[in-house]
Amino acid sequence: MAEIAADGGGGKHKGGKKRGKKMSTRVDFTPMVDLGFLLITFFMLTTSMNKPKTMEINMPDKNVKTEEEKTKVKASQAVTLLLTQDDKVVYYFINPKTGEPETPEITNYSKGGIRATLLRENKARNPYVDSIAIYKEQLNIGNINEATYRANANRIKGYEDGLIVVIKATDKSNYKNMIDILDEMLICNIGRYAIVDITPIELEMLKTVNLE
Amino acid sequence: MPKVKVPRKSTSVDMTAMTDVAFLLLTFFMLATKFKPDEPVIVDTPSSVSQILLPESDVILLTIDKDGRVFFGVDGQQTKEQLIQRMGERYKVTFTPAQIKEFSLLSTFGTPIAQLPALLDMKSEERLKAVQPGIPTDSLNNELADWIWQTRLLNKDVRVAVKGDGQLAYPKVKQVIATLQDKKVNRFNFITNMEKGE
Repeated sequence: MAEIAADGGGGKHKGGKKRGKKMSTRVDFTPMVDLGFLLITFFMLTTSMNKPKTMEINMPDKNVKTEEEKTKVKASQAVTLLLTQDDKVVYYFINPKTGEPETPEITNYSKGGIRATLLRENKARNPYVDSIAIYKEQLNIGNINEATYRANANRIKGYEDGLIVVIKATDKSNYKNMIDILDEMLICNIGRYAIVDITPIELEMLKTVNLE
Repeated sequence: MPKVKVPRKSTSVDMTAMTDVAFLLLTFFMLATKFKPDEPVIVDTPSSVSQILLPESDVILLTIDKDGRVFFGVDGQQTKEQLIQRMGERYKVTFTPAQIKEFSLLSTFGTPIAQLPALLDMKSEERLKAVQPGIPTDSLNNELADWIWQTRLLNKDVRVAVKGDGQLAYPKVKQVIATLQDKKVNRFNFITNMEKGE
């Protein structure tokens, strides 16, 4: 038991006033401890410790419609991803010589799927992309601060001739597919991407690979 | 052989230290806790590697469940009180002061505004059980757009966060994003879980 020593100055008064029987001041703390642990348990169960994580996304202004205001994209640096059903992704490039779309390829969201393609293509177009990893390492060691890292990473990601990804989701895809593909943009350090509505031509193209 | 006498020791242990620790922990949890708001739907968000945290306040939370029902939530009691009055004027729905008070305490809801008074009249336990049909988002009757627009008029620092279920079909996502873009919300957040390490 937790106890408070009852050590009054009993010996001082000898044969003076008559005193009442000395009561022990020891208090049983057990119920208090019980209550304490009960409350701890309650708060531990109701608390939500980890705050949700978010990903930010910027969409273009809908009202900008004039041709010169639209961002011009070189055919050679763009890749179009079509998100379709059954967690499949179809991607195609535009042939820079003919301006015609190349044969679409089917892949998935796994590590060896779309990520491998994106990493390879981005590296081919943006020679500086590997330095983001070096900056990240420096940040972890503590040689550079967060702001420096972010400034450099953004500069590299915004490289003019880097890969530009156009994301088009069909009605058969789901929200998870979209988050997954936005996640790949983060993982592959692709700074320039856009979510765009799918066109009828691309829906036709999907039919040629037996998807819709 | 003579018996070995074991000195009898008291079995009572000093519990003061344990009490101290217990109450220290209790204090910690009491201060760190933030009660989970009652959510009318369970949403299983997809995971991502993103490390950005959601801001503490000034957030419009759009919850979309896997059937495509949209729920609207915003923080700030005063904002909500003013918001419901403005929306009431706009849609010619009158709210009693009790309903307005109830709305200011509500974390999230998902009914067309015409059904909102009925929802607010319910007790909180009934409300949790009630099936809410979601806020209309189609182009003919886009109440969601008005909710967002009016909230932004009241609090211009507000950010929009979308919390969608992984199984949610894309057309609904497209509709909600288009609504946001119509209202010039071009920068918003998707709420995700932490990625489990690969």
